[in-house]
Amino acid sequence: MIPAEFDYLAPDSLQEAIQALADGGEDAKLLAGGHSLLPLMKLRLATPALLVDLRKVPGLHGIERENGSWRIGAMTTHSELEHSEQLGVVARAAGTIADPQVRNRGTIGGSLAHGDPASDLPAVMLITEGSVTLQGPGGQRVVAANELFQDYMETAIEPTEVLTEVRFPVLEGWGFGYQKFNRRSEDWAMVAVCAVIQQTGDICEDVRVGLTHMGSVPLRATAVEEALRGQSLNAENIAKAAQEAAQGTSPPADLNASEEYKRHLARVLSRRALEEAAGLS
Amino acid sequence: MSKTVPVRLEVNGVEHQLDVEPRVLLVHALRDRLGLTGTHVGCDTSNCGACTVHLNGRAVKSCTVLAVQADGAAVTTIEGMGNEQQLHPLQEAFWNDHGLQCGYCTPGMIMAAAGLLAENPNPTESEVRHALEGNLCRCTGYHNIVKAVLDAAAVGSGVTAQPEVKA
Ligand SMILES: Cc1cc2nc3c(=O)[nH]c(=O)nc-3n(C[C@H](O)[C@H](O)[C@H](O)COP(=O)(O)OP(=O)(O)OC[C@H]3O[C@@H](n4cnc5c(N)ncnc54)[C@H](O)[C@@H]3O)c2cc1C
Ligand code: FES
Ligand code: FES
Repeated sequence: MIPAEFDYLAPDSLQEAIQALADGGEDAKLLAGGHSLLPLMKLRLATPALLVDLRKVPGLHGIERENGSWRIGAMTTHSELEHSEQLGVVARAAGTIADPQVRNRGTIGGSLAHGDPASDLPAVMLITEGSVTLQGPGGQRVVAANELFQDYMETAIEPTEVLTEVRFPVLEGWGFGYQKFNRRSEDWAMVAVCAVIQQTGDICEDVRVGLTHMGSVPLRATAVEEALRGQSLNAENIAKAAQEAAQGTSPPADLNASEEYKRHLARVLSRRALEEAAGLS
Repeated sequence: MSKTVPVRLEVNGVEHQLDVEPRVLLVHALRDRLGLTGTHVGCDTSNCGACTVHLNGRAVKSCTVLAVQADGAAVTTIEGMGNEQQLHPLQEAFWNDHGLQCGYCTPGMIMAAAGLLAENPNPTESEVRHALEGNLCRCTGYHNIVKAVLDAAAVGSGVTAQPEVKA
C-alpha cells in the first residue's frame, strides 16, 4: 500500500513550518512520527497534498523539569517517555503503547494532536491537569488538556498551529495506577483507566481518574473521584467508588467490545487502577 | 508523479544518494532501489514487524517510515548483521535453537531482538517476550525465538546496532 502523491517539506525552523502550513491551506498536514498519519495515508483515508515534517525544527525535543512542572517537547517519542520513570503515570502509560518499534517513532505531540479516543496519553493528560502550547501565525496560546479534546479525532488545534510542547505539574508524592485492557498486547485499549491519588495515612486527600475509549473524547470519572475523596483507602471503599466509573459515559461499541462490556471494563479497571495508586495491589 | 526529493542514507555503513518520490516507503527504497531484499513486507499495516530495521540504532517498522524521513540517517538491515561466513550471534542462535521455520518473520525478529539487546544486554524471558510484541510469527509458536534471543544474550552478543545519531 502506497500513499497518494504529495509534496514534502522539512523546514529548519518553526516559523517556516507555520508559514508552510498557512501557504498549503487545508490540504497541508504536519508530520511527526507518522505512526497515525502514514497508516491512514496508505489506506487513502487521508490524502494531504503537502506534508510538513517537523523532524528538523529545533527545540521540539526533550524532557525538562521547570518550577514544579514537566515540560516535554512535542517531538519527544513514546519510548523516551517510557524510559523517564520520574514522569510517573505518563511514563507508565507511554510504555503500554503498541510495541517498541511504534514507540520509537510515535510522539507525544502527534498522539495528542491526533485526538483518537483510544490512545493512551490523552486521558493521562486530563488527570495530570496539563496543557499544551500551540504556536500559529498569530502567536502562541496555551490550551488546557480538558479543552483540547473536542470530539472524535477533533481537537482545539487550528490547521495552521503547531503543538510545540506539553506541560503538566509534577505530581510529587501522588501514587498512580494504569490499567489497560486489550486482546493482544500490541493493540489499542478496549478501555484503559488511569488514576492518581494523594493520600495522608490511609485517607484519600485527592484523587483523579481518567477513562480512555469510553466516549468520543477522553473523560474524567468525576463520580468515582467524588465517591472516594476524603474516604479511607481500603479495598471496600475503592470497590464501591469504582462502581460509578461508567456513569455518564457513552462508549463506542466496536468489533472487540459492546457498550455494556466496556462499561463493565471501566468499573473493573477503575478498581484495579485505584488499588494500584493507593498501594494496595 | 510528484517531484522527487534527494535522500542521503547510510545503509549498513555504505553511503547512498537516492532521488525518491516523497511517498516512497523506506522498506521499498531498501528493497527495490538498493536490492536489500532481506527486509520483508508482511502486513503492510504496521502490525507484523517483518519490515523491522534500525534507524539511528533504534528498531522501527520500515513500512511506516517514508524514505525522506530517513534522510541523513544510518540504517541497519539484516544484511548488515552478519554474513554466511560469520553469522551474527543472534543469527547463530536462531539457527541452533530452531527459532525459524519458514523464515519470513526472521529478519524482523532478529532486528527487533538486536534493538532490545542494544538497550538491555541481559534481558529476562519476560522482557524478551515484551520486546517482541510488535513481531508476529505464524510458524514457530515463539518459544524457540525467545530461547534464541536469550541464548544470544548469554553469549554476550556484541550487538552491532549503530549508535544513536541526532538528525
Ligand atoms: C500498530 C500501531 C499501534 C498503535 N497502538 C497505539 C496504542 O496502543 N496507544 C496509543 O496511544 N497509540 C497507538 N498508536 C499510535 C501511535 O502512538 C502514534 O504514534 C501517535 O498516535 C501519533 O503520533 P505520531 O508522532 O506518529 O503522529 P503523526 O502520525 O505524525 O501525526 C498524527 C496527527 O497529528 C498531527 N500532528 C503531529 N504532530 C503535531 C504537532 N506537533 N502539532 C500539531 N499537529 C501535529 C498530524 O498532522 C496528524 O494529523 C499505534 C500506532 C500503530 C501504527
Ligand atoms: S510489513 Fe511493516 S509491520 Fe508488517
Ligand atoms: S518462521 Fe514462519 S512466520 Fe515466523
